[in-house]
Amino acid sequence: MSKNDKPISDFKNSFEEIESALESTNFRSRAWGSLKADKVAFASVAVVIFLILVAIFAPFFAPKDPLFQYIDGLSDVGAPQGLGRHFLLGADQSGRDVLSRLIYGARVSLTVGIVATALASFIGVMIGAVSGYLGGWVESFLMRLTDIVLAFPILLFCIALIAVTGPSTKNVVLVIAFAYWTYLARIIRSQVLSLKEREFVIAARSLGLTTPQIIRRHIIPHLIPTIIVYSTLGVATSILIEASLSFLGIGVPLPQASWGEMISEGQKYFQTAPWLLVAPGVTMIIAVLAFNLMGDWLTDLFDTSAMGVKR
Amino acid sequence: MSRWLIRRTAQMFAVVWGVMTLAFILAFIVPGDPARMVAGPNASPEAVANIRHELGLDQSLLTQYTHFIERLMHGNLGISFALQNQTVGSAIWRALPFTAALAIGGVLWEVVLGIPFGIISAYRPKSIFDRFSTFSALFGLSTPPFWLGLMLLYFLAFKLSIFPLNGVGHPLIWYLILPSFTLGVGGAAFYSRIVRTTVLNVLQSPFIEFAQLKGMPASLILRRHVIRHALMPIVTMIGMDLGYFLGGVLITESIFGIPGIGQLAFKSISTLDVPMITGTVLVASVFMVLMNFIVDVLYTFIDPRVRLQRNN
Amino acid sequence: MTMNQIPLVEVTDLKVYFKGSAGILKSRDIKAVDGVSFTISKGETLGIAGESGSGKSTLARSLIGINKPTSGSIAINGTQISSFKNSALRPIRKKLQMVFQDPYDSLDPRFTIFESISEGLQIRNLAKSEIKDEIANLLQTVKLPVSLASRYPKELSGGQRQRVAIARALATKPDLIICDEAVAALDVSVRAQILNLLQDIQQESGISYLFISHDLSTLRYISKNVAIMYAGKIVEIGSSDNVLTHPQHPYTKALISAVPNISGKRGTKIKSVGEPPDPANLPGGCAFNVRCHDVLPQCSIETPKLLLNLNDSKVACHATANNRNSDSSKGGELHV
Repeated sequence: MSKNDKPISDFKNSFEEIESALESTNFRSRAWGSLKADKVAFASVAVVIFLILVAIFAPFFAPKDPLFQYIDGLSDVGAPQGLGRHFLLGADQSGRDVLSRLIYGARVSLTVGIVATALASFIGVMIGAVSGYLGGWVESFLMRLTDIVLAFPILLFCIALIAVTGPSTKNVVLVIAFAYWTYLARIIRSQVLSLKEREFVIAARSLGLTTPQIIRRHIIPHLIPTIIVYSTLGVATSILIEASLSFLGIGVPLPQASWGEMISEGQKYFQTAPWLLVAPGVTMIIAVLAFNLMGDWLTDLFDTSAMGVKR
Repeated sequence: MSRWLIRRTAQMFAVVWGVMTLAFILAFIVPGDPARMVAGPNASPEAVANIRHELGLDQSLLTQYTHFIERLMHGNLGISFALQNQTVGSAIWRALPFTAALAIGGVLWEVVLGIPFGIISAYRPKSIFDRFSTFSALFGLSTPPFWLGLMLLYFLAFKLSIFPLNGVGHPLIWYLILPSFTLGVGGAAFYSRIVRTTVLNVLQSPFIEFAQLKGMPASLILRRHVIRHALMPIVTMIGMDLGYFLGGVLITESIFGIPGIGQLAFKSISTLDVPMITGTVLVASVFMVLMNFIVDVLYTFIDPRVRLQRNN
Repeated sequence: MTMNQIPLVEVTDLKVYFKGSAGILKSRDIKAVDGVSFTISKGETLGIAGESGSGKSTLARSLIGINKPTSGSIAINGTQISSFKNSALRPIRKKLQMVFQDPYDSLDPRFTIFESISEGLQIRNLAKSEIKDEIANLLQTVKLPVSLASRYPKELSGGQRQRVAIARALATKPDLIICDEAVAALDVSVRAQILNLLQDIQQESGISYLFISHDLSTLRYISKNVAIMYAGKIVEIGSSDNVLTHPQHPYTKALISAVPNISGKRGTKIKSVGEPPDPANLPGGCAFNVRCHDVLPQCSIETPKLLLNLNDSKVACHATANNRNSDSSKGGELHV
């Protein structure tokens, strides 16, 4: 330990070590190891990656045009075609291909879910971190604001807001972000409250670092595990909220396919064409389940990490 | 303690006031002209102006806000624009029993399913039951509630005709079984996971070991120690859920055709019935804030640590 | 100390109160630090001892600006810092650094040793190449191999981490380092190494230390002067030889008698009854009176002043003051 015989020149060499240590593969290899050991986690991550790929390359994956109303999609009496060689998951009431609509629907649902969650995370982390770190009247004000938004009936609020602005994908994203940030803000605040008492934060203060510097360097990095976990779960929640909005007819505008809208339309023809309800429902369960399971896995992964927050 | 109670009460009123203000702003940003809506499409401009004056919509924003708050202080929610000669209060009062019954039913499902599943899973971790329960919980959390409602309706009501298809009737409980299940299943899944984690932690704690060492029977340990600890986090969630449900559960109500507060609010938005919108939003928020408050107070009675903390 | 010599640190009547509440609607301040005065000269070490809850750590944290003083003054090289705004304080504050108790918590686990130490250098506006050299120097000063720079704290032992914490504190070129129980969490052998390191650094650079510890033998080893704190007040202060070998205050005596003697010889047993007092609800007069064995009637009424004693240490005790008055004429009330 008290080896003092290393010359300073040695330090130049070890500086390369520093840079390599910074991009430590340590964490990655541990993540990979736990994925290989945990089949459920592996499956969930695989499904999530697959869904994202499907969403990005929707035109490549979709066998048909999701918006085109195929004449052979309807039977002679005008009923939608069932599952078969031509329409793998059947056709809908307008003769459109259900599978292709599901694939394009993944685009809408995932985009809404991910963008809304990212926005909510950003707002939640900022408000939570600032109010937790600064305390005092700033904290009181921001937390009361959070209470008010939490007490507000969010779904009604969404409906009213969309009634104001008219249904659009952008509005759906904004509305979901507005509903979700409060949860994150509360969780982040309580973590910051304990973080700011940690000795390395006090040490940074005594070194003379400014408050923004401390928040950026010593607070936010420790919140990353929490942010990742809650964002993953948030995507799952957002997909559900988007579907609820679409179900009420105020989600993503028609004729764009979204999973919620497909369920909403499908319920009208359910007695004659049950696949119209089953297919999007099962797809949604798989997607949401995958994000939830991935969130669980990430929670475990970060919990055992020495890099994470103590408590 | 009483110091805390006073502060907490003041805080509750502050939040209610904030919500009232937000509701007022909300009523203002809703587009369209409520006066024209009330007057009907064929009314003359004078008639519309008259109605606007009658409704007080031609006054300054600040005056309207003061009137609005004043009115609410007297418990008066106003008169509906869309439903002729009806007060908002009476409309909500008529919808409330359905929503309340549905809310209580939903919470009952959450408790009845969530707590036993969680406790049994924790007692037998990694058993087949635990795996089954964990997996069902994950499904419960990941299934879109409206989709589940539709499926239940199709199979149990339409195909098998076990339950009534739609709406409400006599006896009410019969009509509420499927809706309340739909409402409670997500929460039940969540509860079982929380209870499982809590009980697992409790079972590993030294005081349980001590109780076992001194020969306390397992059933007594379960009753005296485990359940009490498991219930702690659940109390908060039950309170929050009840507060949330009481504010109207639009999706469930609209799938099953239950004339509750959620549907009332939804209709009022589509008819631009501003007093009804603010009224329902307010009632929903007040339930939420009130339940939050009750849970907090309750906590100080069940958890001695919290009581101690609040004494200081 | 002569009058024209400005001490490095001069703390005068420092008070740090926290808001607390007692009973219905009544709030009572918690007097964590209640009228503390002392000076530290350049190159000197002042040790502070006391039970947990005596206000030692609050004192340290108020010196580096984490806790705001309620009243009183802190002067560094003659400059008042207690009245400054945060931003104006920053250049002065770096003159005071702190080494913490828990070596597992005082370094950010996400930072390499290099990054941790460079945070202290940042304020000095060094070029990139200078930073590397300086960090290498600092690591050598604390006798750590330079190759450790690329490691994370979790890869280091407790003693190594504490050396890193010292290096980080030294990086700002401070005049005073506050060691808050800095060796308490270490093994005894490692503890001695760290204490020796601190003394070596002091001899080379003339740095001063404020050394907080509950361990009297550590204090005797490292500090020239020692102050004993009880319930937010200094009850005895003087050279460590005087205070620790010839304690005057009953509390100091009790503390010393509580140190087990390695030779196995039993000293006079002095019992101190009861627990440390509740800082929100201190007894009137001398806060120690409820535990004291030499208690006089006036002890529960009047708070004793810190008075110069026979052997040049200052003691705040009615009983000792009475003895001294009857013994000799030396001394008298002295402002601290």
